[in-house]
Amino acid sequence: MSERINIQKTYKLFIDGKFPRTESGRYIKWVDSKESTLVNICRGSRKDFRNAMVAARKASCGWANRTAYNRTQILYRIGEMLEGRRDQFMAELVLQGLTKKQATAEIDSSIDRLIYYAGWADKFQQVFSRVNPVSLPYFNFTVPEATGVVGAIAPDDTSLLGLVSIIAPVIAGGNAIVILASESHPLCSITFAEVLQTSDVPGGVVNILTGYRSELIEHFSSHMDVNAIIYCGNEGSDRKLVETNAALNVKRVVHFPEQNWSKDQHQSPYHILKCQETKTTWHPVGV
Amino acid sequence: MSKTIKWEYSPAPEGTDHIKLKKQYELFIDGKFVAPNSGNYFKTINPSNEKMIAKVAEADKTDVDKAVKSAKNAYEKVWSKMPAKERGKYIFRIARLLQERAREFSVIETMDGGKPIRESRDVDVPLAAAHFFYHAGWADKLEYAFPGRKANPLGVVGQIIPWNFPLLMAAWKLAPALATGNTVVLKPAETTPLTAMKLAEIIQEADLPPGVVNIVTGAGKTGQAIVNHANIKKIAFTGSTDVGKYIMKAVAGSGKKYTLELGGKAANIIFEDAAIDQAVEGIIDAIFFNQGHVCCAGSRLYVQEGISDEVISKLRNRMETLIVGDPLDKNTDIGAINSKMQLKKIESYVKMGTKEGGSIFQSSCSLPNKGFWHAPTIFTDVSQSNRIVQEEIFGPVLAIQTFRTVDEVIAKANNSPYGLSGGVWTDKGSKIFKVTKDIRAGVIWANTFNKFDPASPFGGYKESGVGSEGGIEGLSGYVDLG
Repeated sequence: MSERINIQKTYKLFIDGKFPRTESGRYIKWVDSKESTLVNICRGSRKDFRNAMVAARKASCGWANRTAYNRTQILYRIGEMLEGRRDQFMAELVLQGLTKKQATAEIDSSIDRLIYYAGWADKFQQVFSRVNPVSLPYFNFTVPEATGVVGAIAPDDTSLLGLVSIIAPVIAGGNAIVILASESHPLCSITFAEVLQTSDVPGGVVNILTGYRSELIEHFSSHMDVNAIIYCGNEGSDRKLVETNAALNVKRVVHFPEQNWSKDQHQSPYHILKCQETKTTWHPVGV
Repeated sequence: MSKTIKWEYSPAPEGTDHIKLKKQYELFIDGKFVAPNSGNYFKTINPSNEKMIAKVAEADKTDVDKAVKSAKNAYEKVWSKMPAKERGKYIFRIARLLQERAREFSVIETMDGGKPIRESRDVDVPLAAAHFFYHAGWADKLEYAFPGRKANPLGVVGQIIPWNFPLLMAAWKLAPALATGNTVVLKPAETTPLTAMKLAEIIQEADLPPGVVNIVTGAGKTGQAIVNHANIKKIAFTGSTDVGKYIMKAVAGSGKKYTLELGGKAANIIFEDAAIDQAVEGIIDAIFFNQGHVCCAGSRLYVQEGISDEVISKLRNRMETLIVGDPLDKNTDIGAINSKMQLKKIESYVKMGTKEGGSIFQSSCSLPNKGFWHAPTIFTDVSQSNRIVQEEIFGPVLAIQTFRTVDEVIAKANNSPYGLSGGVWTDKGSKIFKVTKDIRAGVIWANTFNKFDPASPFGGYKESGVGSEGGIEGLSGYVDLG
């Protein structure tokens, strides 16, 4: 009997809750360290990014207006789905060079991080809101509000945990995101999109692109409808480019240097605040 | 309709005999008043009569460098080592000294900037003192402001402030920076440097260690030297969006932090179920407060269709009762435009508004011959795409449009690159919560407008800025969370 032929996966982009190929038709050849597996990764284009931005903007308002409890449950659901698909991520992480032990740790941390932020989605507003004792007969209160649409350049050195650590606090805070996956470790990002798609995350809230950083970073940082830009990495020239382009429409800039994302210090409600605005409301008190 | 009664007011000028002004002001560096490196001085004039009040030193790069050195030294050797509660006591002292000399400061603020004495006396100066008082108490309580984190100071902070609320902006900037343990190089605006220099005198009297606060006067170039100085860790700027963007580019890649309070074009929304007379008063406060030189001014008025005739007619009547004139007169509602340059900018927008097809109405007040003046102005028959609806004028000019539905007016309000403030007038509570939530702006006034308090964060969404000032959120811009 002949050996069964495997069905190989086509890695596509994740835009508006769907899996399109890049409109550019371009690809990046990705091979594992043993050169036994070959994958064609989509080389995302400016147009793909712009499409993702349209989807993100459309989705952002509805997502911000979901109840905090609902967002919490959806983030928890992402964790559930990831837990259920451990084997698939294990295989991909090993293919991308991790040992089984390392891969297990990365998956554990990623799931735990999602659960951590799931628990914050219905609490951070409470912790960081205030009633301000103004010296006038007014009721005055301050609440954090989602910034809107966030563009993000994911950490390059991790395939899954870095991506999850950026996405989770952004969407827990009610933002939509367009994120460029790790260029050197792209596989898990698209598989994670499959997790998102089965987790009741509304289409467009998270959009994941693959491609070259050097090509797309300019478009992410200069797009006039991006409210905040997250840059992960140590490249001084990239950082300068991002911060310079941010001035075009006064984007909020968040920078994470390369770091060991598994450490607990990289999860914090203060990360949620990085993509929040501060709204203060006044109303007279009287009859 | 009843005829508007014409009230005659006798002049009620505030006395100026008690104020102490020097003929020439130096730079305040390392606790001393020192002459500028260049030997250059510029004039600061009273915009209500164009008379020179004093000469003021112009700081160049060398002076700024000296100020930064002094601030760095003070940070490393004194301020960062001092127990936080002692730091707080200095700030309390400044607050008290300012309260004691409040009237003198009000008069000088009005002379130098042109704003009515009523406003500098009742708003600017007391609020400035309140800012110092509020923040003083934070100095030794920062662990409660940032639960789970340690708040570390940044070092030397560069602060650049505008001319519309000169002393108040100095207080907004200095108080939180000092409370969180930073030292400061501050640059006041070139048209209104006097109250900042008077504040330097208070800082000296308060025995604040030399170098903790340095005040350097000058124009754009002085500001540039601050922005680009390698030993400054953070820039706090209030001013135009254009300059804010320039600062973002200038510090890109340097690791410098920044908070920016930039321009605005606030929507002030009047619903049919609002208390109309109160709303009309609110419209007046929103656009004519401080001659409209307010980044959060309610410069776009949206009136629900059914009441627009009534609101506009009442608004015109109310405008006719506004007293425009001598800023030092206690009856004055609207003072002088801050500078000739600003007056020209306002006039060019008014011309543009007419050219674009808007219908103009101005109050029939008579304007003094000397000085810079602009009558309260409203435009009707304008649309979203008109430049006077899109762009910040920073003067007493209001653009009025109508709307029918809540969704429509929210879309119109948010159709702006700015997002600093907004106003909502309705007697229906649920509508207030809906609209205040949906307006994309940092400060929303419901059934009121243009209220400020040190405990209340102030800051913009979108192109109106980055970060907040005031309250706990305002502290976060001056610390690294460890």
